[in-house]
Amino acid sequence: MSTVVLKGIEKSYGTVQVIKGVDLSIDDREFCVFVGPSGCGKSTLLRMIAGLEEITAGDLFIDGQRVNDVPPSERGLAMVFQSYALYPHMTVADNMGFSLRLAGVPKEERRAKVAEAARILHLDQLLDRKPKELSGGQRQRVAIGRAIVRKPKVFLFDEPLSNLDAALRVQMRIELARLHDELAATMIYVTHDQVEAMTMADKIVVLQGGVIEQAGTPLELYHHPRNLFVAGFIGSPKMNFLPAKVTAVADGATTIQLASGAELAIPVRPGRQKVGDALTLGVRPEHMRLAGEGEITGDVKVVERLGGETFLYTQLQDGTMLIVQADGEVPTNVHEHIRIKLDPATCHLFDGDGLAIERVQRHPLADMRRLPTRKAS
Amino acid sequence: MHPKTREKIILTLAGWLAAGVIFFPIFWMILTSFKSEVEAVATPPKLFFSPTLENYVTVRERADYVHFAINSIVISVGATLLATLIAIPAAYAMAFFPGKRTKDLLLWMLSTKMMPAVGVLIPIYLLFRDTGAIDTRWGLIVVYTLMNLPIVVWMLYTFFKEVPKDILEAGRMDGAKPKQEVWMLLLPLSLPGIASTALLSIILCWNEAFWSLNLTTSQAAPLTTFIASFSAPEGLFWAKLSAASTIAIAPILVFGWMSQRQLVRGLTFGAVK
Repeated sequence: MSTVVLKGIEKSYGTVQVIKGVDLSIDDREFCVFVGPSGCGKSTLLRMIAGLEEITAGDLFIDGQRVNDVPPSERGLAMVFQSYALYPHMTVADNMGFSLRLAGVPKEERRAKVAEAARILHLDQLLDRKPKELSGGQRQRVAIGRAIVRKPKVFLFDEPLSNLDAALRVQMRIELARLHDELAATMIYVTHDQVEAMTMADKIVVLQGGVIEQAGTPLELYHHPRNLFVAGFIGSPKMNFLPAKVTAVADGATTIQLASGAELAIPVRPGRQKVGDALTLGVRPEHMRLAGEGEITGDVKVVERLGGETFLYTQLQDGTMLIVQADGEVPTNVHEHIRIKLDPATCHLFDGDGLAIERVQRHPLADMRRLPTRKAS
Repeated sequence: MHPKTREKIILTLAGWLAAGVIFFPIFWMILTSFKSEVEAVATPPKLFFSPTLENYVTVRERADYVHFAINSIVISVGATLLATLIAIPAAYAMAFFPGKRTKDLLLWMLSTKMMPAVGVLIPIYLLFRDTGAIDTRWGLIVVYTLMNLPIVVWMLYTFFKEVPKDILEAGRMDGAKPKQEVWMLLLPLSLPGIASTALLSIILCWNEAFWSLNLTTSQAAPLTTFIASFSAPEGLFWAKLSAASTIAIAPILVFGWMSQRQLVRGLTFGAVK
């Protein structure tokens, strides 16, 4: 069992508050990803869990024990740094065995444990090399190996893939997911890359300005974003936002009118919204269709063809830019006039404060968890 | 001629000229040490003469060079070791756990170097007299340590700053206590910097004359005192003085020559990344 619980965690540097009261519970064997724009406090939060930054206020519990004042090495954590932070003057084997050496583990036992970690990470052939003789991906694996050797309760990753090239990043992403399964350990992972968050996480925590905007499964955040920020942050390309006005509120749907005059009945619960209120309609590019009977019309300004799909950057009459995802085979070209059809079931509504209005139906996959990871032996 | 080539030639000439100006006094001193006393003061100065080792023989007869040289070595190395030992924890704290006033503190430490040493001669002399430190090696070691401490702390601070913080933090996560963090990670990683700091400190100690002349007489007197003893009191004997100076600076010159690369890196610290 390795759980991490944060209660009212705050961090201030002098008078500047960077973490403004974070409550979060991370379950045993969960892969939890902190994601957010740079400066949102995600790395600071991770470093506070690690013990590298002091906690100004609040309580941090690891396995039920309050660890605010416990030094980093005694919290039972291991951390992988963005810069890898390998010890340049030591060989790969010494790097991986350093924590054991400090803990006074006998040489033979140390060697066995390092060999075991090296086997998992395919580093067997490199144990005698120095970090500078390794490639970026290999260094990354050594950094992970150094963490594995300690058999920590919780793994902490601080943007570990951001120094790798795109192809290697995808490969390491898969390797990390495999590792999570194999080690059955709790992992906390910081990234600014929402694709990494979506693909690896059991739970995504979206941070902005030192507060949690939303925490949930990837598909929960995708289908039920709590506010405009999360809606815009999760998903690529980002969600389109259109100004709208409420024309009718009923039990099963709220009818809105767009700037173009088109009316749509969106299946959301009757909340605080009243007829005449200004709202924001959110539609993901992948949920729009090109169709003759479409409600919205606009001029295509830029076409991005990725082969499998095509992105049409479309300007509406009121000047708003929309991104529409269309099929790769679509012949539409720049300067063409297109009609776009919206599916009310996939639309989101946000009130004047930017908060999402609850949808009538919860997405069937929103609460789906990944298969539980194997139990650690 | 290509402008780049011309620029290169001019710079090279300027470099040689500057080096010549700096080196000339040393060259002339070495030359004079092989002249007779009469040739040494001849006008116009003689560049060609029949060299003699007579001055070196006299210098060796009049003073025990080895005694002074050993004092110089013991005091320079001792003061450097002591200063480095004190400066490492100080610079570690300043580089990795800076407070609001760390920069001010560093500047203040360096500013003490701007004060003329003679300003504290009387109090130091009295302290030395009362503690029986006059003409002892340890006394001079203490003074030299204090004298070089600001520079040693400053240089180590700069070198430590170049060590990525992540590496030390990784060590902390791995369970390193502060002492292990410094000893097993920081020191090996900044070894070149520590070496050049120590080299500079040794050279500064070796060449120091003010305190050694005022606080030592014979027992603990280093080579600077040895040189000075040839300028007094029977008048100046240029050739003998030159011979004494030459053998006094010879070890440190050879030492500096061998460790050139380290020194250059040390002296240009902060300037080149």
